[in-house]
Amino acid sequence: MTNERSTDLLRLSSQQMAEFAARGFLRFDNVVPESLNAKFLKEVGHEPLAEINNPMEHYGKVMAGSAIPVIRPGTRLHDAYSNESAISEILKLPLVDGAIQSLVGAEPIFDHHFLHITFPPQFYAGSQQKSQHYHQDSTIDTRQAFDVQMMYFPHAVTVDMGGTRFLPGSHLRIVSEAAIARYQNIVGQQRMVCPAGTMLFLHMGIWHGGGLNQSEEMRYMFKIRLNPGERQVRLWDSSDLGNEHFEQRPIFWTGNDPGDQIHQTLMKPEPWFEADTGRLELMNRVRFWRYLLGDNTFDSDYWLTRVEREFA
Amino acid sequence: MAVLIMTVRQQVLVLYLATSALDTQVVGWANYDGTGREFHMAGDNDTPPYKTGLHALQDGWRLIQANPLTTHIPGNEYRTDYLKYEFFFEKMVELCPEDLIL
Repeated sequence: MTNERSTDLLRLSSQQMAEFAARGFLRFDNVVPESLNAKFLKEVGHEPLAEINNPMEHYGKVMAGSAIPVIRPGTRLHDAYSNESAISEILKLPLVDGAIQSLVGAEPIFDHHFLHITFPPQFYAGSQQKSQHYHQDSTIDTRQAFDVQMMYFPHAVTVDMGGTRFLPGSHLRIVSEAAIARYQNIVGQQRMVCPAGTMLFLHMGIWHGGGLNQSEEMRYMFKIRLNPGERQVRLWDSSDLGNEHFEQRPIFWTGNDPGDQIHQTLMKPEPWFEADTGRLELMNRVRFWRYLLGDNTFDSDYWLTRVEREFA
Repeated sequence: MAVLIMTVRQQVLVLYLATSALDTQVVGWANYDGTGREFHMAGDNDTPPYKTGLHALQDGWRLIQANPLTTHIPGNEYRTDYLKYEFFFEKMVELCPEDLIL
């Protein structure tokens, strides 16, 4: 991709960054233009269903012959893709480049990428297919620094195509990959039903799984995992943070003023939160936001200040 | 002399509740049906089968296991990981002739 960058970078706002901190994802619908979606599908070797014999054979063909390069992990993202490729053009879109730089910095590190192809039922006649279990990618990861998984949906995804399912707010839970497979359904789970050209940015810890394709079309999703190239402190456009953001808002007896919007975002529970650990989730969000702000005095709703009031 | 052979299979329901109390709301769930009548998989439903664990009891599910409450490990008091309030239920279901036709 070289060092060529978008000229009108669109960094995330503090509100968007707080939503990422609280829920572990940011979704941007229809940001890749149709011409680029078509270019991507052509480059990866999309073929009409009638010309495909079986999934494994097609995967092998795509793996061997598509324009998606084979890249060593640890490569600078800006050295990973050729300038002429659709992927490079997508990465240079102002919104995409801005989101990447806001999340993992100006020099992100390529971890891996993969083209997920999900085939329709006609390829599995006579065998019971099932969706992918809930899992957290990679393995136990206790860092405060975080990787981003960027998912690109090059065509419209309908409900019956089984788009990626994920659980908002699960990213700060420390679990071991498929150990969470027992959880078939969780209140508040979302699945990707989206227009062509949609981008989904996920915190590495988000619980997710692929759905079962029950449509009559192939489903594609291209994922790139990126490591941060620098400490992730205020990489977004934080010029919208006012002084009031660093003050405690009243709790319990609050009057009618809900207070700072970002505090509201950080303190909004997910419908699956347990009564007691839901509070721990809020505390862990504050810790994460402190890390992102580079400010260990920040608090929201007094959660950390209270338990840190200790005397030597 | 006619011999009556009853063939039963286990249905398992796993509920994840909001607290350790059975009468609090369901936040997650899983079904496994040993009769083969129903097939369940991840992401197959967004609506909990019961409002609370107590509702499952009232519908005939037998509670067979509940997560114990455990001491918090010093240094890890604020770490979150797996869903905490897991309850296993079962029903033993007699198969009918149609179930035995594979």
